[in-house]
Amino acid sequence: MHAFYNLVSGPLVWVAFAIFLIGSIWKVFSLLSGTKKKDGYVFTYWSWGHAIQSYIHWLIPFMSENSRQQPLMSVMTFLAHLGIVLVPIFTMGHIVLLEEGALGLSWIALPDQVADYAAWAVIAGCCFFAYRRLVLPQVKFVTSCSDFVILAIVVAPFLTGAMAYHGWGDNLLMTSLHMLSGEIMLVAIPFTKLSHMLTFWYTRGYTASEFGAVRKVYDW
Amino acid sequence: MSDTAEHTEAAEPVLTFLEKVHAKAEQDQVDGKYAAFEKIEDVGIDQGVARLTPEKIQKTINGVLKGECGTRMKTYVETCVHCGLCSDACHHYLSNDKNPKYSPVGKVKRTIWNMLDKDGKLTPEECREAVIVAQTECNLCRRCQQFCPFGIDIAYMISTVRRISFKLGITPQYIQDTANSHSVTMNQMWVKDDEWPDTLQWQEDEGRDEIPRLRIPVDKEGADFMYSVIAPEPKFRTHLINQAAVIFDQAGCDWTMPQLPGWDNSDMAMFTGDFETMGRVKKMHYEVAQKLRVKKIVMGECGHAFRSVYDVGNRWLGWRMPPIEMVHSIEFFAQLFREGRIKLKDKYPEQVTFHDPCNTVRGRGLHEDGRYVANLLTQGVVEMSPSKLYNYCCNAGGGVINCGPPWKTKRVLSNKIKAEQLARMKDRGINTIVSPCHNCHGGLEDIIHHYGLEMELKFLGDLIYELMEKPGAVE
Repeated sequence: MHAFYNLVSGPLVWVAFAIFLIGSIWKVFSLLSGTKKKDGYVFTYWSWGHAIQSYIHWLIPFMSENSRQQPLMSVMTFLAHLGIVLVPIFTMGHIVLLEEGALGLSWIALPDQVADYAAWAVIAGCCFFAYRRLVLPQVKFVTSCSDFVILAIVVAPFLTGAMAYHGWGDNLLMTSLHMLSGEIMLVAIPFTKLSHMLTFWYTRGYTASEFGAVRKVYDW
Repeated sequence: MSDTAEHTEAAEPVLTFLEKVHAKAEQDQVDGKYAAFEKIEDVGIDQGVARLTPEKIQKTINGVLKGECGTRMKTYVETCVHCGLCSDACHHYLSNDKNPKYSPVGKVKRTIWNMLDKDGKLTPEECREAVIVAQTECNLCRRCQQFCPFGIDIAYMISTVRRISFKLGITPQYIQDTANSHSVTMNQMWVKDDEWPDTLQWQEDEGRDEIPRLRIPVDKEGADFMYSVIAPEPKFRTHLINQAAVIFDQAGCDWTMPQLPGWDNSDMAMFTGDFETMGRVKKMHYEVAQKLRVKKIVMGECGHAFRSVYDVGNRWLGWRMPPIEMVHSIEFFAQLFREGRIKLKDKYPEQVTFHDPCNTVRGRGLHEDGRYVANLLTQGVVEMSPSKLYNYCCNAGGGVINCGPPWKTKRVLSNKIKAEQLARMKDRGINTIVSPCHNCHGGLEDIIHHYGLEMELKFLGDLIYELMEKPGAVE
């Protein structure tokens, strides 16, 4: 068990971060170079002013028309995404490990209680998304097995983290699984649908540019 | 006996128009009209599908998806998280009992995803489904794009399916016929070169009964603007040319219409994916205006032509924006009113509702201008819900009505949601719909007729012509 812990808390951390970073850079680079090669008009019509307005409207709940029409989905999506971003970066345990590890840097941490709530928000969000996939016909129709795998990849580090924090199950095992699942999620980001974290800015920004700069109308 | 009959009649409940729509939809369901969607035959599609070979299918699909498309398409496919949030944006989905196969993402699944998953190795039957989805179940209205958290351009994806279908030779017969007409005559309706100026002359003559000095200036070089129309105007709605001439004349405009091909601004080739023909047609349109050295093009009340001239044709030809300034008549009429060049002798006696054409609202944000003009002309605009940039499509646009009679029932039934919108207006005492688009008129007329809504449709030009002061007119 200790060997497993040493592996996931040592070399695998570096491997995961490296794959995440290099993969993300590759993803963005291939997106931009591919666009330049065959879809150059995306740059021609790009308008930062409209793109930024659109990002704001779609990242704040109830600012877009569709967000207002889907209040439960809006709240769950917003909380889940907020948790996914905040918990890994601002949890005390993570900051301490990184400070003691190679970074040597630290930053302000969320109170443990808040980080715990945020983690549960992610878990609840993923359960809600899974429920939609199983129950709503319009979502079920376009859902495949891989969509559930993605949800599992996301929920795993938050669930194991919460379990480790609350001391549920064997602590060493939970911590090790938590680290492993976090690493899997990092690696998965550039290569799966989780890459929407990177491509959102492109698709949303281009649509906003077309709607705003050419068609003189909002895209929200 | 007659007493009994009267008694029976009086006892029948008076249905609201909304209830009438629901009753009609239920009857359509019972009559199997919705189920009959699956059995629609179209010579253009069916004979085309019969000619397909596995090699041709794969080569064509991959030629377009891998050759013509690039990172943007790939990114849309990779980014879509299958959340289904686009579903409620689509009138096809809402009107077909929320059947998920009609949701925007459902339609992408049935076309592009299928093509990508199978590396282009579709069966002829799957190709048939793809062209039916692309040409008859999506109006390219872009409402779903406004509802997608990622802003994924589903209309672009469906247009690509149409492009593939065109290259496979399986486009619906009626719309292919109009695209062929564009290719041969440079107009949509097989209007011959001599018929066009003849029609203008005829309408000038008609107009002179009212305005003796009326001219339709043909090929006048250096005029302020060239007025262009869609070919169905000389073919079916000729009086609109006469009306426009009267409005421009009485507003003191310096204008012209071209004599040569290029006068038609419509574009069905854009909607069949025949971009080569689209490019030729648009080039001629811009060039005829440039040859006349006019300052701008003002186009008639059409939606899809606006999309073609303002947004799509120019790009195919390598122009970031159209090479000559062009405005839709909504904008132009608003300008004439703002400048005080049109004065009204009367107002339309009723309140009206306003149906926004997708291509002028999501294509140019002209909803406020449209209402400004309509409010001046009438006792006021009462809004449908949703309206303006969230308006539901008429289900005629995007070339869907141009697929012709085989698809008419499906088109009308697949916009029950619009019928409900209109019925709510009718129940509030609104009898007139103003809509500045030919396609919208076509689609809405069919819906009004099918569901027994008894509403009237008006172009802005109809109302202006009817209500404006005409100092040059004789009694």
